Amino acid sequence: MAGNGGFQASSGYNDRPPSSTGSGEADVGVDPATSSFFNNEFKRHEDLKMMLDSNKDSQKLDAMKRIIGMVAKGKDASDLFPAVVKNVVSKNLEVKKLVYVYLTRYAEEQQDLALLSISTFQRALKDPNQLIRASALRVLSSIRVQMIAPIMMLAIKEAVMDMSPYVRKTAAHGIPKLYSIDPEQKDQLVEVIEKLLADKTTLVAGSAIQAFEEVCPERIDLIHKNYRKLCNLLVDVEEWGQIVIINMLTRYVRSQFINPNSDDVGEEVEKPFYESEKDDDDDDNDDDGDSKPKPKQYMMDADHRLILRQCKPLLNSRNAAVVMAVAQLYHHCAPRSEVGIVAKSLIRLLRSHSEVQYVVLSNIATMSIKQKGMFEPFLKSFYVRSHDATHIKLLKLEILTNLATETNIATILRELQTYVTSSDKEFAAATIQAIGRCASNISEVTDSCLNGLVLLMSNRDESVVAESVVVIKKLLQMQSSTHKDIIIHMAKMVDNITVPMARASILWLIGEYSDRVPKIAPDVLRKMAKTFIQEEDIVKLQILNLGVKLMITNSKQTKLLCQYVFNLAKYDQNYDIRDRSRFLRALVLPTGEKGPLAKHAKKIFLSTKPAPVLESRFKDRDQYQLGTLSHMINMRATGYQQLMEWPEVAPDPTVRNVEVVMPWSEKPLLDSKKQKKTEKSFYSSSESSSVADSSDDDDDSDDETDSADTDESDSEEDSSANSNAEESDSSIELKKPKVKKVEKIEVKKDDSGTESDDDDSSDDDDSSDDDDSSETEEEIVKKKSPEKKKPPAKKSATKPSQDLDLLLDFGSEGTSGGVTSQPVQSTMGVNDLLTPMSALDLDIETNKNTTTANSQMFASVQVETKSYELLNKMSGDGLSIKYKFTRTISIFSPKMVSIELVLTNSNDKTLSGIKVGAKKIQPGMEIQDFPEIAALASKNSTTVLMSVNFNDTTQPASFEICTDDRKFNVSITAPVGELLQPNNMLEKEFIKEQGKLSGMAENSTKVKLDEDSADMKSIVSKVLMVANVVQVTSSETGIFRFSAVTLATSTLVLVSVAVKENGDAKLTVNCEKMVIGAMLMKDVKKSLES
Amino acid sequence: MIHSLFIINNTGDVFMEKHWKSVIHKSICDYFFEAQTKAGSAEDVPPIIATPHHYLINIYRNQLYYVAVVTTEVPPLFVIEFLHRVVDIFEDYFQGCGESILKEYYVIVYELLDEMLDNGFPLAMESNILKELIKPPNFLRTITDTITGKTTGVGATLPTGQLSNVPWRRTGVKYTNNEAYFDVIEEIDAIIDKSGSTVIAEVQGYIDCLVKLSGMPDLTLTFINPRLLDDISFHPCIRFKRWESEKVLSFVPPDGNFRLLSYHIGANNMVAIPVYLKHNIFYREGTAGRFDVSVLAKSTMGKTVENLVLECPFPKSVLNVTLTPNQGKYSFDPTTKVMSWDVGRLDPTKTPNIKGTINLQTGCPVPESNPTISLQFTISTLALSGIKVNRLDMYGEKYKPFKGVKYITKAGKFQIRT
Repeated sequence: MAGNGGFQASSGYNDRPPSSTGSGEADVGVDPATSSFFNNEFKRHEDLKMMLDSNKDSQKLDAMKRIIGMVAKGKDASDLFPAVVKNVVSKNLEVKKLVYVYLTRYAEEQQDLALLSISTFQRALKDPNQLIRASALRVLSSIRVQMIAPIMMLAIKEAVMDMSPYVRKTAAHGIPKLYSIDPEQKDQLVEVIEKLLADKTTLVAGSAIQAFEEVCPERIDLIHKNYRKLCNLLVDVEEWGQIVIINMLTRYVRSQFINPNSDDVGEEVEKPFYESEKDDDDDDNDDDGDSKPKPKQYMMDADHRLILRQCKPLLNSRNAAVVMAVAQLYHHCAPRSEVGIVAKSLIRLLRSHSEVQYVVLSNIATMSIKQKGMFEPFLKSFYVRSHDATHIKLLKLEILTNLATETNIATILRELQTYVTSSDKEFAAATIQAIGRCASNISEVTDSCLNGLVLLMSNRDESVVAESVVVIKKLLQMQSSTHKDIIIHMAKMVDNITVPMARASILWLIGEYSDRVPKIAPDVLRKMAKTFIQEEDIVKLQILNLGVKLMITNSKQTKLLCQYVFNLAKYDQNYDIRDRSRFLRALVLPTGEKGPLAKHAKKIFLSTKPAPVLESRFKDRDQYQLGTLSHMINMRATGYQQLMEWPEVAPDPTVRNVEVVMPWSEKPLLDSKKQKKTEKSFYSSSESSSVADSSDDDDDSDDETDSADTDESDSEEDSSANSNAEESDSSIELKKPKVKKVEKIEVKKDDSGTESDDDDSSDDDDSSDDDDSSETEEEIVKKKSPEKKKPPAKKSATKPSQDLDLLLDFGSEGTSGGVTSQPVQSTMGVNDLLTPMSALDLDIETNKNTTTANSQMFASVQVETKSYELLNKMSGDGLSIKYKFTRTISIFSPKMVSIELVLTNSNDKTLSGIKVGAKKIQPGMEIQDFPEIAALASKNSTTVLMSVNFNDTTQPASFEICTDDRKFNVSITAPVGELLQPNNMLEKEFIKEQGKLSGMAENSTKVKLDEDSADMKSIVSKVLMVANVVQVTSSETGIFRFSAVTLATSTLVLVSVAVKENGDAKLTVNCEKMVIGAMLMKDVKKSLES
Repeated sequence: MIHSLFIINNTGDVFMEKHWKSVIHKSICDYFFEAQTKAGSAEDVPPIIATPHHYLINIYRNQLYYVAVVTTEVPPLFVIEFLHRVVDIFEDYFQGCGESILKEYYVIVYELLDEMLDNGFPLAMESNILKELIKPPNFLRTITDTITGKTTGVGATLPTGQLSNVPWRRTGVKYTNNEAYFDVIEEIDAIIDKSGSTVIAEVQGYIDCLVKLSGMPDLTLTFINPRLLDDISFHPCIRFKRWESEKVLSFVPPDGNFRLLSYHIGANNMVAIPVYLKHNIFYREGTAGRFDVSVLAKSTMGKTVENLVLECPFPKSVLNVTLTPNQGKYSFDPTTKVMSWDVGRLDPTKTPNIKGTINLQTGCPVPESNPTISLQFTISTLALSGIKVNRLDMYGEKYKPFKGVKYITKAGKFQIRT
């Protein structure tokens, strides 16, 4: 810092170019503004430097504000660079921010000094605060100093792996910046972009694509793998990102899919614009397009359809640019029959700011040439209002003309008529041209238009008259039929019309068609000869032309007149006219013998001239992609990417296939945000319940913890740490903390004694979630609501110690895979066991205050439960409903049985409004309805969850299923086995409890087992099939013990099966509620004997 | 994308410039000035100007031109929409966006511009996020800051909105009075021809909200007749799926003022015209022409038409007009030749009328056509399309908010050809 004084001196005074100082001073002197910003009372910024060097933040801030004022005004403040750059280390955020702003502005000019600040940014890149990391990266990448390109590269590479999506977004923005100062880094940058493209966060997607577009738009192959993801994320990306993504995808679609309009594209393009009949045919084709079966060979690629479908909701965006982007995507990529849907949204944009109108109208003008049917219903929206700016009026006129067909031409012409009288002359003239175009395009109205135009010729306004004469001239030239009367009428008007252009036009017409008006033409020439000297040059030239033409066709009458005119012209002031007269005279009035040219004079002058073509000035605009800058200015803008023609054969569609399960270890930090979100919700629920557990608090705390969890940015990191850890299958390391936790619990449990079962059950619930989440991660991301499919384990909280032993045991041998030695798990594969365990460990690790690890031992047992019919197809009028018990904890209340309904609609028509109607249930029972199904399409089925609290009875729960027009009475009866939930306990405990429940509470019977089903496995599975119980670890062979509690009252239910040598078994069911005990015994017996 | 931004006032002074990439000298604006002189009025300046190496895209708002410079291909609407959004944000921050205001708050303006774009690509455009990053000027805060010695107007942490999937709402909002107001504003655009028949009539509607609710409320707004809204654009907060399936607006609102949705009821639906004119206007050469216009209420559904203003732009050849209104006041601007008649309330028992003579400049030909009269009016407590809010429900928070809905119908571009 010691050298700073020197820097100041040199750069401050000596190096500054004198010119800039001069201009700066001039500004100061002249500036009349009174605000402090513009009062530059300071001299050569000396006071500013003092302030910047002061110790007080407020002084520094004041100085920086004034400097920024200069920057904003565009004044040179570069001599302050050394003084400012020192403050890059300032602790005050606002000072820092302003220094950053200053740096990005001047770093380029003061490269050496700018390097002083780099180390500060490098340090800030490691800051724990993501905002600081991001802004450091922003500034670092914005200093356009080539020397630091390698540092930028490193910083960007690092930031791409950052856990904060915001930093990753900033990194994406940094890529084009780096590319612009050092294009040689392209290869490396493309790699970085590839990584960013794989990012699943919506925040990053837009910026990543923008970087792609600026650095390597030709690398379309990078998109393949991300195509579907981009399409699916599109709706959630911020508006600006949507625009770039859609534009990029338009190009992608054009290169990867085949033309959806391939069958009729040819005729559309070739169609001559002004031949109305053909035009109509085309229109009809367009309309029929929907019904007309497409040629068999064309089938739209599912991915092509995907983008169209995903974009459609964006037509409702508030952002005009998004709507436009979607519109152009449809215009370029959709089957013609579908493009129409964008019209309405584009029309809506016309109510927006005039600049938006201008762009949208220009695009509509181009679209309306190709597809007029699309905008025809909105014809009136293009009517001109008197307040519109002239360029908007002209565009509207253009569109109205494009849209004219013989059905609406009458309305359009009537409207155009009112415009003709507009006081805006440019607009009125354009209107007349528009009428001319309508007339030439639609043969039916040509005559009436001509008449109208002729009427306009008697208008009071000269410009209107002139313009109509010119247009009539063009029209007549196109018409093969004779319009003698019009020509005569015009000839008469020569006396009145003064506008030179119009006079010239009339003269040309008379000359050209002098054969049709043989009597009048010479007379006109006579009149003109009289006034020749007073005429304008352009008129004089036409008089000469007229003379020559008449001379050729009717030399007898006009020769003298013609000679007279030539003589007048010979001495005209204008050399052009003199030249012309000499040249023409030599041709038609040769002095000597006729030259070879004079012989062909008739062919030269009276050959048929090609008619001018009146067409839209937007005709050739469609070579540019709609909505682009190039389209607006009608020339190629720098960096414009030409839209490709559709490929003949679609490139390999499989390149877009992505493996369903991404290898997690590959990109640990780039997990989708969504995914994190879902995970988080899982964890947070577990967290909250564990809080509830430890504090014996109830549900109220859940909300709070939930929201707190989502709000804290830290938790983001937590959860990513989770996913991180989750990747490693299982390890000793992970188990260790768990053991500690368990010890804690022990202590706690000892203190608190017995705990309520409810709390535990919610924990168990989490454990099953976790194993879900790790097993089928993908699936869960889609289902946002946590659905629990697996029977949760249940334990009694009264005897934790043995559980603990078991866990500890398990932990110690976890890696060896020797799980099979645990007889409890005998029904499960090793995989089943391991995965939930590791997930569970994580759970414990994240939630430091977890106290309930002990119950997790009993991971889910997969048993296919039976499915029952609730409503059959016949009685349900096509609607059939099946239900099964999911054996999971209901999300509504732990006392409820969760039931999965599968609704199938076998009707031909869609059923709508399916919901639960009136309920007839016993007191104490409750039904939680499934959410109303808005619509169930024909031949479709859907799955919903409902929950019923049976209150531990086997009474049926009756209710109505209503559709929009029908009601069906149904009832669900739960077999007693489904009214239970597994309850974990140890053998010792089991025996003790069984002892308590003897006598009346005990039911036992003899069961005859099948030969082949006498093995352990089948017995366990048969019991599990009928009852939602859990097996208890047993040390004795031949005795299987199961335990559960009833859902509503948490009454203990114990089942034991003792297998005897002879294939018989003794089944004992102990339950305080005798009815349940007896019924369960019956069910289990039946199952075992089957 | 967007390279630089210049803000130019009406006198052609470039009073603010911001560069997001390398610096482009403000002499580039000369191309703009050239186009400006060519154009007749401020609105006629073409929004897109191509220069040899740059492209200028400009908007005109509040007497200021915002000229963005781009160097490469970019969707022009992207830039235009961005510029308008910038002005919207300025208006939101400073309650106005004139030249003097921008100059007064230049530091905040500059910080905002810096935060909104990074390398020319939008980084943070949500007003709720920006307000957390850069505090809006606030008199009270200025005082407390001076007392406590705190001088920072910038937030130290990343606004949570930036990362959440509700970027439009800031977190930790607390109000003592929780209130939510919804203004249903409808504007009628109409062209009525000489004979009094409607050429086109459309309704452009908005629902503007002021939501001051604590926490993270989840609102559901239902309409009695949602089918009316078929052409509609939404604030991103609205759950589109829900609207599509149930025609219910479900959203977590941004904090403060915002436009929830805008809709368009096209010409195909019949729109009732609330007022019409009886007019008799003609010019005569040499002597005075006549001007006689009466305003009559047509279908106002029992509501009063208020703030009625009639504007009539006369052609240049008119020297002056001498008129007598039987209600309100009129004025004639001799430079722009616009006659403006402030009628006020439309009393159903009385027909407001204005009549008198039009004097032409001597020697000028009689104008071709009669002027197109435009009308301004408001009708409160009426939504012309008949849209009605059914109810507003709030989920996710426990307090009872105060809710209010207001309907207003206004004249938009309401023109009568005479």
